[in-house]
Amino acid sequence: MTENNAVIELKGLCKSFGKVDVLKGIDMQVAKGEVVAIIGSSGSGKSTMLRCINLLETPTTGEILWHGQNVQTEIESLYKYRASVGMVFQQFNLYNNLTVLQNCTLPQIKVLHKSKEEAEKTAKDYLERVGMLPYLNARPAQISGGQKQRVAIARALAMNPEVLLFDEPTSALDPEMVGEVLAVMQQLAQEGMTMLVVTHEMAFARDVSTRVVYMNEGVICEQGSPEEIFGNPQKQATKDFLSRFRNQ
Amino acid sequence: MIQFFQDAANILSEHYPFLLRGVGYTMLIALVGTLAGLLIGLATGVLRTCPLSKNVVVRWLQKIANGIIAVYVEVFRGTPMMVQAMVIYWGYAFASGGNTLPLIPSGILIVSINTGAYMAEIVRGGIISIDNGQFEGAAAVGMTHWQAMVHVILPQVLRNILPSVANEFVINIKDTSVLNVIGVTELYYFAGIIKRQTFQTFQTYLVICVIYFILTFSITRILRAIEKKLQVTDSFVICGSQSDPNAEIRVVKKPEVPND
Repeated sequence: MTENNAVIELKGLCKSFGKVDVLKGIDMQVAKGEVVAIIGSSGSGKSTMLRCINLLETPTTGEILWHGQNVQTEIESLYKYRASVGMVFQQFNLYNNLTVLQNCTLPQIKVLHKSKEEAEKTAKDYLERVGMLPYLNARPAQISGGQKQRVAIARALAMNPEVLLFDEPTSALDPEMVGEVLAVMQQLAQEGMTMLVVTHEMAFARDVSTRVVYMNEGVICEQGSPEEIFGNPQKQATKDFLSRFRNQ
Repeated sequence: MIQFFQDAANILSEHYPFLLRGVGYTMLIALVGTLAGLLIGLATGVLRTCPLSKNVVVRWLQKIANGIIAVYVEVFRGTPMMVQAMVIYWGYAFASGGNTLPLIPSGILIVSINTGAYMAEIVRGGIISIDNGQFEGAAAVGMTHWQAMVHVILPQVLRNILPSVANEFVINIKDTSVLNVIGVTELYYFAGIIKRQTFQTFQTYLVICVIYFILTFSITRILRAIEKKLQVTDSFVICGSQSDPNAEIRVVKKPEVPND
């Protein structure tokens, strides 16, 4: 265990795809209960960093520590680790062959080895929280994008994760559906869930997050409280990025 | 012309035990062979799409297995099944010093191995065509490759490749006819017997021809119906609503899905 109480710590994280260096040394710590909004322009490495954390991408160099343990060499099981780090994708990635309820129970039954009854009870609790309880028997193809994303959040929550990773959760949604997903995320944040959110929703970053990380060209350019980043950015790149966003 | 129909009717009425047995064995070999071939295809598909292990020994084993599968697919797709039947059947006899395998199991074995080579490619194509997000959605909650395959990927693959599997089944119904070279008593083999008894070559084979067509045509229709059944229906049950917990259970068609 480390002396600090970081849940996740990144040390010199680098990731290259062929000759393209996407991440060029990321150092970051995330403490319990933090809501970290990761902002930055497309191609700045935000999503890649998030995907490295649960090892959907293998880092080229650098370390990812989970409660002080290196997730590539020291942890007991990759699968257990992934179960405790939930992920919500831009494209939802619900299992297309299963119903809404089964989407939320399958991981619990197979990964956490819960009984079917137990898993269904938990799944229904979380589906109710995201307002998707009426759609238990619907298939992903039958519900809207916003609804899919809320099911995906319920699926992640049903695993009782310590940390939730959100990879641009509202970017694939129609504008009128963004609100319903952000509302669920805001509620989670208020309940103290530790969250890393890659987002282009500046209002969410400003109002809900406890820390904003601005990434640019594969490094963390600037980070601080939402007030600091949005009110008084120090770096020119951050100012340019934020002003571009305001002009949009 | 009338004479022809009489001949055909005689063949049917006098030799129907042969014909029925022939149809039975043909269907048995084709069905079991197709299903076994599908299993081979699924197994090789899962193996070939498994990400390479970090463990060096396991990684080498994976590479060797992939190599064997590639050779198997190429060899069995690249040679006629009639020749495969002779080589396997008589190859066993040669190796065992004159013992031969029982005929019907031999036929099933040959059709299975041959179909497996085609199925391997069909399944691989089916797995590749599944959106990568399905794999990631499974991996991100902590499922193993095997769990993701069995519970998420393969059910979708099976639904997608069903038309190709049905096609293989129909092909196999026809292709079991080549097994007569090793003496498997399927439909075509019995045609030979009937011909030698009646000396009515054309009539006999035309009757056989019609029987083959009836078999393949009806199987095609049945499988088409199954395919339709497996498609996701447009309606599902809404259990109450968020705003009104007492709302009635109803079935909603897709175009009318309400945003609660």
